[in-house]
Amino acid sequence: MSILRQGIVTAAIIGLFWAFVIATTVCVGLSFASGFGFRPGILGCATLGVAGGLALIYVRDLRLVMGGFGAAALALLFTPLSPVLFADGVPLLWQGVAVALFALFTIWPLARMLVEAHPGPLNRHAFEDAVIRFLTGFGYIGFTAVVLIPFYVMVMTSLKSQQALLRNPLDFSIDLGRGLDLFRSYFELFAQFNFGSYLWTSFYVSVLTVFITLLFSVPGAYAVARLRFKGRAAFSRSILLIYMVPMIVLALPIYIAFSMTGLRNTIPGLLMIYPVTTIPVALYMLQGYFRGLPGEVEEAGLMDGLSRIQVILKITLPLSLPAMVSVSLYVFMIAWNEFLLAFMLLDDPSKFTLTRGVAMLNSSEIPRQHLMAGAVIATLPIMALFLGLERFMTKGLTAGSVKG
Amino acid sequence: MTSPTPPTTRGALEKREARLAWSLLLPTITIVSLVIILPLLAIFWISFKPVGLADLRPVAPVVRESLRERGGDYRIEYRVRNSSQTKPVTGVSFVDVIPDGVILLEVPEACVLDGATLNCAFGDIEGGFNERLRVPVTLDGDADALEEAVEGSEPTVAGRGDSVMTNSEFTLENFARLFDGKEFWQVMWATIFYTVFGTIGALVVGLFAALLLNKSFRGKGLLRGLYLFPYVSPIIAVAFTWVTLLDPFSGSLNALLIQMGVTEGPINFFGQRPLALIMVTVFEIWRYFPLSFLFILARMQSIDTDMYEAADMDGASPFQKFWYLSMPMLLGILSVLFLLRFIWTFNKFDDIFLLTGGNAGTRTLTVNVYEQAFAISNIGAGAAVAVVIFAMLLLFSFFFFKYISQEEGL
Repeated sequence: MSILRQGIVTAAIIGLFWAFVIATTVCVGLSFASGFGFRPGILGCATLGVAGGLALIYVRDLRLVMGGFGAAALALLFTPLSPVLFADGVPLLWQGVAVALFALFTIWPLARMLVEAHPGPLNRHAFEDAVIRFLTGFGYIGFTAVVLIPFYVMVMTSLKSQQALLRNPLDFSIDLGRGLDLFRSYFELFAQFNFGSYLWTSFYVSVLTVFITLLFSVPGAYAVARLRFKGRAAFSRSILLIYMVPMIVLALPIYIAFSMTGLRNTIPGLLMIYPVTTIPVALYMLQGYFRGLPGEVEEAGLMDGLSRIQVILKITLPLSLPAMVSVSLYVFMIAWNEFLLAFMLLDDPSKFTLTRGVAMLNSSEIPRQHLMAGAVIATLPIMALFLGLERFMTKGLTAGSVKG
Repeated sequence: MTSPTPPTTRGALEKREARLAWSLLLPTITIVSLVIILPLLAIFWISFKPVGLADLRPVAPVVRESLRERGGDYRIEYRVRNSSQTKPVTGVSFVDVIPDGVILLEVPEACVLDGATLNCAFGDIEGGFNERLRVPVTLDGDADALEEAVEGSEPTVAGRGDSVMTNSEFTLENFARLFDGKEFWQVMWATIFYTVFGTIGALVVGLFAALLLNKSFRGKGLLRGLYLFPYVSPIIAVAFTWVTLLDPFSGSLNALLIQMGVTEGPINFFGQRPLALIMVTVFEIWRYFPLSFLFILARMQSIDTDMYEAADMDGASPFQKFWYLSMPMLLGILSVLFLLRFIWTFNKFDDIFLLTGGNAGTRTLTVNVYEQAFAISNIGAGAAVAVVIFAMLLLFSFFFFKYISQEEGL
């Protein structure tokens, strides 16, 4: 531990790791953007990282260090010690860009990380601060990359052609000269695979699910939150218990019952099941909110001669509008994303929901870019809704989503 | 002097309130018991039955009627068959109305003509029974119109088939087969690995993400929204994207790894043991860390900052502050999240089903339900697995209510 806390050792190690993180990031980013081959040069990263770290604690002039670091990185470009190595045929411009990006994003954050470090033994604060800054930087890059890359791949694959994908799976660059032809997969999905109808089915099934759910859960939640009756505690517990019954366990008997009664392959059949999977969640979220409302307002309404139903309609509901939006969004999201039941209960391509339609695209006869285009079509509406109403959505997620 | 005591009986108001409460809850209770309690009972019933996928079609007699012509002679043909190839149907008979203008020349021996109605009885028929009953007729009027009239009047069929679902045949074979052999223990191992590491992983990663965002800076809202993407988007979209990304032949990740010199040849991430199990667990962590991240962040932001100022005055280092101040405050939400996520990861079906289809050692209990019921077409065995899942779940929820009820809010 004490050796690690020597300023020289700390700076060298953090410099080394950070240079490596940045080199990898730059390589992955540029590979995905251009399709050319980049890879981090381990030796070069180690040399430059250690040198940069040490320079930062010995040389006080920040500008000098930054300039020197950039110059050194560029100078090493054509030697085996280059921080980024290139496959054959990478244009000089890209090589320069790679090394410049590496230099900039290595030395500048590194200076921030080592701001309290100095040669000689570091105190606990300075050491932990440096480590935490390193971990923070690493965390931002890591999380953003891990979250973004799949979505980037999803969108870009949907814009490519099958041959281009097989030729170089890394090349996600877009030929803007193709114009509208870029969106060919999308046009084909709508024209040949009936995706317009799936989109509409998913939409109205989700909206109806929201309405039915609210219709059932609002009175229920009000009763649990406000009225005293025997078995109230037992009831709220059994709501949570119902939450925990896995869908696959229910799907099997539902499949059997629907096969026997002819409800399979019908949208009304789906609409009988979807709300029930969301009612417990909605009831649980709403009763929590109703409890937080001041009871005096409702009592005043009762004193003025309103009936309980009128109190709910005229006082409680208007007051809990934000909660209703949150719950509605959350239920909409569950219904829109639902896969298992749609997959098991729908076989008739004219009645598919969007998720079922995308599942249909997963076959060896249908090219990958169609599948990815379907995935984008399924994701976009829910993303737009999420980004537009993020405040409500996160509230809804935190309030009720014990559900996965 | 009597001291005032609270009333021991329920007053009229209280009764009215309870009545109202139950009437408000009634719709929910009804629909929930219909769609959740009833299927749960059904699954217990089915798990003791020898039911296959093919047995779902009801066993019943089927009668088709048509008017045929050969060489100027007309006849009505009744095709009687048993819908099942194996199961007998008892008391099969049908009644058909012969339209005006069709005169029967001869009544088959199985039938009785009563005015214009023809009654035919077949008694009990075996599985695979398929017979034609030909009744020669003469036509009085337009042949086409009469053909329509004959074929338009559907015969009324009677007959009782024995359904496996409702008869009194029970078996323990479903369970015996389930626990027999090492397949069950492989499934259990996959389930435990996936559940334990998926839950802990999502919690730890979520905690790390929450620590990153627990400070104010520009673009924080953007990052928070971004980190929720995996959870918000449809499972089907992200699962297929991962499959595409990790494909051994055309996947970008393999291309990247080979180019960077990490591996020699492509890695089949979802197709080989034990990597497939690790990858589906990684996917689970990737998809559900946002949830723990959101909860933990909300809890962190409600911690009083005074405490940290005091610790600063006392010279606590950042790690000490995290370990001795933040962690104890977060322990409550972490344990709640652990239990909830544990149960939900245990219940998860879609993710593994879409990523690997349960192949390469990734078959968990939930995937096994589907596998048994639909891939092997043995509904009874699938139901038996579902019963095992339910039993384990009852065990979990016992812990859940024992510990969670001490936590506020849930």
